[in-house]
Amino acid sequence: MELNLEPHFSDPGRPTPYSHLAADAFYAELLQAHEGLNPEQSAMLDAKLVLLLANHIGDLDVLRAALRAGREDLEPQRGEPCCAEQTAACEGR
Amino acid sequence: MAAAYVYPKYSFRLPRGVVPGTGEVRVPLIVVGAGPIGLAAAIDAAQRGLEVVLLDDDDTVSVGSRGLCYAKRTIEILDRLGVGDPVVAKGVTWNTGRVFHRDDEVYHFDLLDTPGHQRPGMVNLQQYYLEEFLVDRAAALPQVTLCWKNKVVAARADADGATLDVETPSGNYRLRADWLIVADGARSPVRKMLGLDAEGRVFNDRFLIADVAMHADFPAERWFWFDPPFHRGQSVLLHRQADDIWRIDFQLGWNADPEAEKRPDRVIPRIRAMLDHQGYRDVDFSLEWVSVYTFQCRRMSHFRHGRVLFAGDAAHQVSPFGARGANSGIQDVDNLIWKLDLVMRGKASVGLLDSYDTERTAAADENILNSTRSTDFITPKSPTALRYRDATLQLAAHHAFARALVNSGRLSTPTHYWGSALCSPDRDDFDCLLRPGSPLDDAPVERDGEPGWLLRQLADGFTLMLFTDRPESMGAMLAEFAPLVDDAVPVRCVVISEQPGTLDGVVVLHDIQHFAAERYDAREGTAYLIRPDQHIAGRWRKPEIAGVRAAVARACGH
Repeated sequence: MELNLEPHFSDPGRPTPYSHLAADAFYAELLQAHEGLNPEQSAMLDAKLVLLLANHIGDLDVLRAALRAGREDLEPQRGEPCCAEQTAACEGR
Repeated sequence: MAAAYVYPKYSFRLPRGVVPGTGEVRVPLIVVGAGPIGLAAAIDAAQRGLEVVLLDDDDTVSVGSRGLCYAKRTIEILDRLGVGDPVVAKGVTWNTGRVFHRDDEVYHFDLLDTPGHQRPGMVNLQQYYLEEFLVDRAAALPQVTLCWKNKVVAARADADGATLDVETPSGNYRLRADWLIVADGARSPVRKMLGLDAEGRVFNDRFLIADVAMHADFPAERWFWFDPPFHRGQSVLLHRQADDIWRIDFQLGWNADPEAEKRPDRVIPRIRAMLDHQGYRDVDFSLEWVSVYTFQCRRMSHFRHGRVLFAGDAAHQVSPFGARGANSGIQDVDNLIWKLDLVMRGKASVGLLDSYDTERTAAADENILNSTRSTDFITPKSPTALRYRDATLQLAAHHAFARALVNSGRLSTPTHYWGSALCSPDRDDFDCLLRPGSPLDDAPVERDGEPGWLLRQLADGFTLMLFTDRPESMGAMLAEFAPLVDDAVPVRCVVISEQPGTLDGVVVLHDIQHFAAERYDAREGTAYLIRPDQHIAGRWRKPEIAGVRAAVARACGH
């Protein structure tokens, strides 16, 4: 299976003539899920969501393609890595 | 430079029979507010033969561009009201929208029309032009008495109608109406006088809007910038309007000082920076109009209060992203007036007007939902929301799915009243997007060899569209449905045919490019019952007159 990069959201329980509604609903509900959380909790929610969805997808070819697409345009920045110890450890090897 | 728009000054007059200082005068129908919505309501009522008094406290059209994008469905309604042609002729038709993030174009979209529609997806036109065209149209209708400089200062409603106290340059008077339509805008003084409110969400943000005159070879496109270098951290929207006037909206943030931001020495550098960044260093410009606005997304809990009906911004407000304000107000009118006409003539019970409330509050919710989501995307309220937005924009440069998530405004679309009690549910199978409650889809047709459009050929009342391959084969069917035209609520038959042909006494539309048959999933003998507002009331594969009459009754609230 290939990573689907075409619009793919649907809301079968709420039929509508307008295709953007399902995508917009997901986006709004995703941000609602973050409401009231501090930055660390928000990052934790995102991490848990990635793991939940990754398990649902399962197929490692698809997941690897998603990892590559997600990483695109993100240049590693020296000085303020997201996790300094791990970066140092990686560079040490 | 373009010649500046000259605001017309309309002359003051009193309603017929009114003498200030004497007793109250009674009229069947008053509309308050001669903006686009009130004017459209008065015109629609007058076209149906109702006498209508239209009151407005001013004597000219709206100042500044304000409402500026008119969607296809709205123009189709304006066609019915007699002003579609001047709006499209004067307006700027556009199909392409470009979305920029920081320095780069992320993607562009094309509204380009599914073929086979008379009207384009979007037309930009300053609100003052639309109002001027509507005023001219209203002036041509003897049933409309358009009273400028008539300011409502007190309003009282009861079970039988409403009473208004009106202030004018020649004295005050009292006017009594059986029915009152309130279309006096977002602040709606009449709504307040009646002790009613609209509830919802206030957005803590300010936007600068500028109408700018320039001769530049900017294409007629919608340009939207997220976080551009010339206006860091905020959004900017550019639209082309008529007369070489461009409309630019700058997001300012909540802490901006609205008075200071309106000053030319603040506005001009912002516009200069935008032009320079886009490579238009040599282009000169002049400011036509500047304003700073905030907005709310809110609506009244009900649009019908006895014999008082609210429409447009008086009933519901949305954020400007998506052009859902004026467009939805015109659609309120489209929904309301045929119902009010039937009720005022005693052909439908008052309860039919509750369907105005049900159908149009649902539409308002849809518009508020869409415009709220756009606003939340454009102006993220938290670091997380900002991160998701920027992630979406980064992905959008590469992948179609993310472009579908970018929300710089979901442009106005009509509401499909799928669940409405006025619709007769399908009993037969149809395989198309349209369902009972949907607005009609246009199609090119020929009538007696003359090219035309399906939507322009429908009656002001109910229409039964009958589909066939050959008109000559419709004799028996037409004989069955002919009596419908003499019913209390008449239904006129229109035949839509794959082959050209004519029939005595019945309009035959030749579906020259087969768009109609395809869009309505039509087969031989398929029938669609169409409401006066061009929404589908019911449809059948093998129609019978009893079923059609039951659907008409249902669509009239019985």
